[in-house]
Formats: sequence, structure tokens, C-alpha cells
Amino acid sequence: MALADNADTRRPNRAPLSRASWSVIKTVLSTIGSVAVTLLGLLLVTFVIGRVMPIDPVLSIVGERASQSTYDAVFYELGLDKPLLVQFLYYLWDVLHLDFGISLLNARPVSEDIVRVFPATLELATVGILLGVVIGVPLGVLAAVRKDSWIDQIARVVALVGYSMPIFWLGLMGLLIFYGILGWVGGPGRVGIFYVDVVPTVTGLILVDSLLDGNIEIFKDAFSHIILPASLLGYYSLAYISRMTRSFMLEQMNAEYITTARVKGLSEWDVVWKHAFRNIRVQLITVIALSYAGLLEGSVLTEIIFSWPGIGSYITTALLSADMNAVLGGTVVVGLIFILLNIFSDLLYKIFDPRAK
Amino acid sequence: MNALNRLLSGAAIGLAVTVTSLGAWAETPANMLVIAHRIDDVTTLDPAESFEFAGGDISRNVYGRLVTLDPMDLAAGYKPDLATGWEVSEDGKTITFTMREGVTFHSGNPVRAEDAAFSLQRAVILNKTPAFILTQFGFTPENVTEMITADGNTLTLTTDKKYATSFVLNCLTATIGGIVDKETVMANEVDGDMGNTWLKTNSAGSGPYKLDGWKPNESVSLSSYPDYYGREPSMKRVIVRHVIESASQRLLLERGDIDIARNLNPEDIAGASAEEGIKIEDELKGRLMYLALNQNHPVLSKPEVRQAFKYLVDYEGMKDSFLKGQYTIHQNFLPATYLGASDENPFSLNIEKAKELLAEAGVEGLEIEAGVREAQERIEIAQSVQNTLAQVGIKLNITVGTAKQILARYRARDLDVYLGAWGPDYPDPQTNAGTFAYNPDNSVEANATGLLAWRTAWNPGDLTEKVDAAVTETDRDTRIKMYQDMQAEFREVSPFVIMFQQIEQSALRENVMNFSTGQAVTSAAYWQVTK
Repeated sequence: MALADNADTRRPNRAPLSRASWSVIKTVLSTIGSVAVTLLGLLLVTFVIGRVMPIDPVLSIVGERASQSTYDAVFYELGLDKPLLVQFLYYLWDVLHLDFGISLLNARPVSEDIVRVFPATLELATVGILLGVVIGVPLGVLAAVRKDSWIDQIARVVALVGYSMPIFWLGLMGLLIFYGILGWVGGPGRVGIFYVDVVPTVTGLILVDSLLDGNIEIFKDAFSHIILPASLLGYYSLAYISRMTRSFMLEQMNAEYITTARVKGLSEWDVVWKHAFRNIRVQLITVIALSYAGLLEGSVLTEIIFSWPGIGSYITTALLSADMNAVLGGTVVVGLIFILLNIFSDLLYKIFDPRAK
Repeated sequence: MNALNRLLSGAAIGLAVTVTSLGAWAETPANMLVIAHRIDDVTTLDPAESFEFAGGDISRNVYGRLVTLDPMDLAAGYKPDLATGWEVSEDGKTITFTMREGVTFHSGNPVRAEDAAFSLQRAVILNKTPAFILTQFGFTPENVTEMITADGNTLTLTTDKKYATSFVLNCLTATIGGIVDKETVMANEVDGDMGNTWLKTNSAGSGPYKLDGWKPNESVSLSSYPDYYGREPSMKRVIVRHVIESASQRLLLERGDIDIARNLNPEDIAGASAEEGIKIEDELKGRLMYLALNQNHPVLSKPEVRQAFKYLVDYEGMKDSFLKGQYTIHQNFLPATYLGASDENPFSLNIEKAKELLAEAGVEGLEIEAGVREAQERIEIAQSVQNTLAQVGIKLNITVGTAKQILARYRARDLDVYLGAWGPDYPDPQTNAGTFAYNPDNSVEANATGLLAWRTAWNPGDLTEKVDAAVTETDRDTRIKMYQDMQAEFREVSPFVIMFQQIEQSALRENVMNFSTGQAVTSAAYWQVTK
């Protein structure tokens, strides 16, 4: 606040900015600064990794049978003859203009690809995290309140299974039982083969687009396709969120103010939800935000098993094919998501925790 | 997916199948073909640039060519497509094609000789990866407009010297021979790219199917072209869906949500084959698995040692175990189903014979390095060879690396032994003869890294001349004989231990008939499929 104080003394005739205003400006500036530095670091690291990887991007485009002249033409076209720093500066300039370049492999702008694949991941992750939160948080609270009871044991087993089962195995088993044998859910893919490209793309989220189009049949089909992979992801989030909720709640339930509340004669419901739970909201927000960010990175194995064209499999395929523009574009988007979710959770901190205001 | 995942998925499905039979719960429409396939190798749809397997499948169904291969009779070789016939000049250098009348592109524009000339000229001028298939006939960006010309309804193609007509025509059946709609393509030209950027993601063909859409790593949709000059396909729509995981493909097939699963692993093939309503079809593909012995190595260059290595591979053992269903034994440089292919496979594991040969060469206590790409099947083959070599006192150190690392060393003649795969580039025997058995200048300065014989530092002697002679032989039967003779000599003297040829196994619903993946010579065709 020294800067604000100095400003007040040097310009006594002008309306001074309040401490609160300066605080907001400082916070915004520092947030922008930290986002910029983080992004620059992210871009630099991914760019350098991309360039030192033992993959020849030219060979990945032209193949090993191409003539030297074809190889050279692509080499220069990609700007690989220029110094690394120059290549990086060019890249930085393009990214600032939201231009991630052209995918080396499918000749489309990477930004278009990301706009196409990211909604698939966003949709899956959002349904997944909703399931994780809606079930995981109450389960964790109950497990803490009824510590060592049967419900706590169940919550522990659920979490343990969630932690320890390979997602690949669980996904296949789920697909096999609920799609293959019972036929309760749709198979791999976002919608059935007959509904592909039927609904006009508005948001890229098929559940939303089908509703916007008023096509309930496709909504149902899309829901039947998303429910299994989302439940799978939700289960993993649930396992983590419920354990963390339990741990946070236990800490609160042993605190003196809880005993005081009980002595005052408050109902157990009020003690748990109005006192203890209120105090773990901030920690929970961090846990949920991190889980959500993790899901938004794209779960590669889930996307592979369920043929879900999301950002995880997009980046992985690009990486394996040495399509570095796509890798860098995807990585920057994932990095941005982490940064934005961090800012968002910081913001919620300030709302829920008076000390952080 | 690694072996563990394959095992897990196989076990998962196996477990369920023992509990209950999945059966088919759904069925795709009778006039629609749905295929699960890995299509993440598609990088461009421009026939002048496309050089990947899945891209070749799309191109084959979307673009007409001057000559084509009949998926119902691939052994018959090329036959007329957009050209109804051709005449060869007396000097054998000029082929004049007569174009089919009344054929239209998907845009409605007529298919003219001008379009055909433009398409071939364009491929040479753009000089993309597969351009060598055409430039080997002496076409250059500078001379191609004079060498390939259109006049009315005829197209004239003049090569720099006389070549076997079958050689030229076989090359024109490749993806790069696809004829594009000049008007449409040039209307989408940007910065003099001859429509390349546009054609990467769009199509301008005249084939039995038109492209409805390609979503990278998601799906390809085709619909039949009602004005196609030939018989209209039974399958009005074809959807190829990108499904990476073998177990997922199998579930889709068993549920009846797809008609064909093209990437099942051996465990899932075995499982699916036991299911009612599903059949498995095998087709030989072009990929060969081979060992190359560096002839700069003082020991490996001895004829007896080269011969001994051919007796030190457990062909049968590998074929019947970890390569089961995926590879068959093949010891010749031309894949089976190619013109001139030989089915002679004289070598088998014979430790005693190898010992005799090594003793003749005076070899004892040899230690060598083999380079292998990090691919499961190749590493397993290398380990098998390591085991059999150990039985005659040869220590094989296996170096596993990325494709770039291992190929770079192979190209630099830096590996004692290279274990790798080779797939033909176009459907003519020259594609493999011209790299395995051809090396006119074995010097380091020649740096002919495109030739496998050069990479192996091997001077094939008179085989180089024989390869040259075969590409100019106009009589088809004589040409076949020439390749068979070459391969007989090659088998005995070359430093290449050719071991296996790839098999592609597809799992199909029982009602799907006439599907062809194109064997070794071409790509998949859908227009003849019925249900």
C-alpha cells in the first residue's frame, strides 16, 4: 500500500484513489503479470522441448522415401533453417495473435482443431466433475461425521478402488458390461453413427447443441454415450474429492468451535453444514478446481477406449506424429485452463474467506 | 497400447464372453457400410500428396484414374478406368490414352483429357512426397507440360526412355494417378499452390464415392456418386470411424454397430472369430520384415556368413507364436500378389548348417550390434534372432531407438545389422527391385540413401543391370520371369535376410461380401461391397 500512500501525499488536490481501489488495481496487475510470466514460461518450455525431441518434423511430413529436394522444401517452409530464438519469437508473435500455426499433419489451422476437440473434453470433464462433486462431497462429509462407521468404510473402499484400478481396465469393463452385454448405454463415440453431423454445431457441446436444436432424440443418444465415460472420470474425481473432504471435515470436527456449537445446543445438521462445512469450502474449491483442470487436460486413455475425440488424444496423437504446432497449441490451451481455474479459485477464495478479501 | 493393456483387454472380453454371449443387438442399414479403422495417419486428401494407408483408401474410392485395379480380381492387373484404351509408340516411349466419354466429376464438370494431363503435371510440379513415382520416368517440373499433353480426347505421355508399359501403367494405378477436376481445383488456388491447400481437406474426383466430410482422428463420410460411369455402388453411404482401441472395435462389431473392424489385435481376432455372425478375412499386405547385414563389416560381408544368417532365423517358431496371424514366411523382395512374385522360401532354422557355413568362413566369437525401432513385434523378432545367433556363438547386442535414431544410423551405414520393415510404394515390382537389388554406385560419395542396397553397402553386381533391363521389358511374361530369376539369385547372395510378409486380418459381419483391403498392391475399395 506504500504506492497508494505516496500518491495521496504527492497529489493532494486530486481525488485520491481509495485503498480498496488500489488494492484491486494491484491485484489485477499482479494477476496479469503472473499470467503473462507463466504463459511465457510455458511457451518457452514447450517450444524448447518440441525442438529437442528426437523426432524430425520434416521426416514426419514427407516420409523417409521423399527426395532431398522435397525434404528441403518442407524444411524451409517450416522455418527450421532459422535460429531457435528467431523461431521462438515468430511463434510468440503468432500465439499473441491466437495463431497456433497449421497442423503439420492435417493441414488445418491448429486453432480450428482445438475449437473442434476441446468442447468434447469440456463436455466430458464437466459431466464427470459434476458427478464427482455431487456424490463425492456428501460422501466425504458423511464419512467424517460418521467416522469408522459402515458408511466411512464404504467411502474408504470406494475411494481405494477408484485410486487403484487402472482406468483402462475399468473403462473396458464398463463398456463391456453396460454397452456390450446390457446395452444400457451407447458405445464408443460421442453419438451414434447415424447422428454424426446431424445437429448444427453452435457450442460444440453436443448435449447443449442438441437441446438448442430441439432434437431430444439426439440429446438422449448423446447422453447415453457420455454417461459411461463421464461416470468413469467422475468416479476418479469422486475418489479424490471424497477422501479430501473427509480429511478436511475431520480436522474441523475436532476443533473447539464445533464443541462450542454443540454445547450451545445447535442441531447436528447445523453443526456440520453451517459451521464445519463452511470452513472447508475454500480448501474444497482448490481440490475441485484441480480435479476439474486435470479432467480438462483430457484423459487420454478414456478418450482412446471411448473413441472420444478430445484434446487429450489430440495432443497425444500430435506428439506421436511430431506435429509440434498441434502439440504446442494444445499445451498452451491446457496451460491456460490451469491458469484460469487458478484465478477462478482465487476469486472464490476471496468470496468465501473474509480474511482473503 | 502395450502388451499389458492388450492382455487386460483380451482378458476382460474373454471373461465376459464366458459369462454370456454378446450376440448382435443392432444392425447397420442394408445400404450403409460402417467401418472401424485407425485413420489418424491421414494427413492430406490431395492425391498428389497423399502417401498414407488410410488416405489411400479414401483416394481409391473418390478419384478415378486412367487405369485401375479391379478389387474383385487384383491378380489381373491394371484395366481401363477413365481411359478406355491406350497405344504405345514404336520406340516404347510414348503412350497415348483415349479418354472415356460422358464421365463427369462430382462437381458435374466433364472429365477431359485436359484434366488428366493437369493432374499428372500438377503432381510433378508440386513435388510432394509421392512425386518420385512419376518423376522416375524423366518428368521434371520444367519439362512435364511438354511430356504430358492433352489433345482433344487423348492424353499423351512421353517418358525419357523406353520403359515396360506395365511399369508405367502400374504406377498410374497408385494414389498419385488420381485425376482431379482442374476447374474446381484451380478455382481454389492460393498463392500458386495449384489448389494443394484446398485439396488437402476437400475432394474433386470422379470416383464411385464423393467425400462428404473428413474430421481428422474422428471419421470419414462418403456417399455414392449417382452419376458414376460404372455400376452404382450398393453401399450408398460409407462411414469410416476412427477407433483406436482393438477391444472397442471388437465390441462395436459384436454389437452390430459396425460392419467391419480393421484393427483387431490377435487376441481379439481369436475372440471375435468364435462369435456367431462374424467372419475373419486375411489379406496379404506389402510390408516385408527383414534383416540387413552391413557389407562394410569384415565378417558380415563374407558370402558364407550372409548365407549362414539365413539359416539362423526361427521363421516357423515366430510365425506360429508372437507373429501368428500377422505375418507369414516370405523370403523374397517382391511381396506375394505382386507381378513377378516368387513363393520360394528355401530357408528354415538350421543351426548345424549355419555352423558349417561359419566354420568355412573361419568365424569365431563374433559380436555385432543390431538396430531396431521401438516397436513390439520388431523387438521380439530381434530377441528371437539374438537367441538363435547365440547358439552358434554370435553375440547380438540389440539397440532399440526411435525411428529417427535407428534410420539415421542405417542410412549412414553405421549399424552392423538393421532389423526393419519395408513396404512397397507403388504396385509395380520395380518399387522393391529398384531398392533391394539396385545400387549402381556403392561409393560413400554417392550417398544413395534411398536405396536399401546402398544403405547396406552392398554392390549387387549384375543384379543392378538386370533391374534396369526388367523395367524396359515390354513383354509381361518375360518380365515376370526376369523378376523371378532375380529373386532366386538375390535369395542366395544378398545380405538381406527377408523373413516375413504382413497379413492384414479384418473382422466382418457375416453378411458383408466382397470387401477388399487391396492386398499388397493397392488400397481398400468399397464400391463392390454388398450386404
